[in-house]
Amino acid sequence: MENVFSDFDLVLKAFWLTIQLALLSGLLAMVLGTLLAAMRVGPVAVLRGVASTYVALVRNTPLLVMCIFVFVAAPNLGLFVGTPFLLKGTIAVGLYTAPFVAEAIRSGVNAVPLGQAEAARAIGMTFAQNMRHVVLPQAFRASVPPLASTLIAMTKNTSVVAVFGLMEATARMRDFVNKNSDDTIGIFIIFAIGYILLVELISLAAYGLERRWKAAR
Amino acid sequence: MSGSVLFDAPGPKTIARHRLYTILTAVGVVAALVGVLLFLQSEGELAYEKWEQFVTPEYVEVLLVDGLLKTLQMAFTSIIFAVLFGVVFGVGKLSDHAPVRWLCSLVVEFFRAVPVLLLMVFIFFTWGAGDGFGPYWSVVLALTLYNGSVLAEVFRAGVLAVPKGQGEAAYAIGMRKTQVMNLVLLPQAVKIMLPAIISQCVVALKDTSLGMYIVAPGLTYVAKLMWTEFPGTHLQTAIVLSFLYISVNLVLTAIATWVQKRFVGEHKRLDVGMTALTGLTTQGTGGAPGPGIGAP
Repeated sequence: MENVFSDFDLVLKAFWLTIQLALLSGLLAMVLGTLLAAMRVGPVAVLRGVASTYVALVRNTPLLVMCIFVFVAAPNLGLFVGTPFLLKGTIAVGLYTAPFVAEAIRSGVNAVPLGQAEAARAIGMTFAQNMRHVVLPQAFRASVPPLASTLIAMTKNTSVVAVFGLMEATARMRDFVNKNSDDTIGIFIIFAIGYILLVELISLAAYGLERRWKAAR
Repeated sequence: MSGSVLFDAPGPKTIARHRLYTILTAVGVVAALVGVLLFLQSEGELAYEKWEQFVTPEYVEVLLVDGLLKTLQMAFTSIIFAVLFGVVFGVGKLSDHAPVRWLCSLVVEFFRAVPVLLLMVFIFFTWGAGDGFGPYWSVVLALTLYNGSVLAEVFRAGVLAVPKGQGEAAYAIGMRKTQVMNLVLLPQAVKIMLPAIISQCVVALKDTSLGMYIVAPGLTYVAKLMWTEFPGTHLQTAIVLSFLYISVNLVLTAIATWVQKRFVGEHKRLDVGMTALTGLTTQGTGGAPGPGIGAP
């Protein structure tokens, strides 16, 4: 225990890296996921097919295998050689999370009552107008809880990049546990609390957002 | 295409525009594929020698028996334990006694909020390493605790999804609490939960790959051996690995969909959020009746 507290700056630094990773890959996943969701409900069949294929392939591949592609296979081909590890981690986690974001948004689109889209069509809106002014604003509200779940899962998933040498929270815990083998439970609890704080923060933000938007409806 | 409510049946102009999009996308996709293939070809990654081990019977056997079979074993062992864990703690969360409820909620919330890799590393270095029970059971234990906590939440939601009248009727004819749970609520809840349990198998199967960090057996371990033995075949190994994972997971997903259709009907699939708060709100908005807009 003392070791952890005397080196507490290392713990904080590790969690700061986790937070950076979560923020960056969250951003990438949200952008890509929204795009995928729009492609999947859109009128062009080929785009729908591309999006569904991406979702089906990535959802069924473990994040660790995605990381093998980015961290091991790509440098072997001369790609991503000088890229910082943080960026590589962001790419792996972001690409992996995007389909889950797309599914969350699509479930939000599903929750918008039929009459809304029909009414928008009846007054002559095009697909793009319909999405922009009528469906998506309501869909984003309905998809806050599943999106929050996805982002929480993603924050926990950032731990996987530890396997490939990023010194974030999980790798740091392994380091501590390896050095102080008689005090693993205390160390584990400290790191677990760190993760729980992050998770509850996202959860709380989602809860607040949902309540606020519900009142605005 | 005419099934969607998001857009009208396209007129001649729109059809032409869509055709343009279709052609552009198709050309883009084909160009990207050809580009990737040409790049791989120029790097010599498509050469037969780099793929040879995946069609050599001895190595295929190692890949399938020491890799895939071990991975499946780990996943299913942990799912079986996780179902037991889930029943105990899920029912515990519905208990009439507040301390039992709090204790179960605390355990479930804790294991759901902690990354499964963190749990795995902790278990391995505390009880698994050295004279302990080894990496295999460390992976199984970690996956059991995590998936069990998720399933506990699924069980609770499943029991709550049984129509209220069922439990009330059972109490009315004089059944005890245990009888109501065992004879009336659980049998109906299990039917609703089956698809969610099978989907959880997919999650468990994917998470077994994390065993790589603590040198546990399974597909990722065999993959590492293979690219060590055949230097420079990382890409090929990764492609074969994802192919194996994707095929097994697609089979599991197909089974889940079939079970959903066969036993549950058109009900919405049970879905629980990641924490108590999001779980709460998901259940609040989740059961929206009727088909929505984006239904595929």
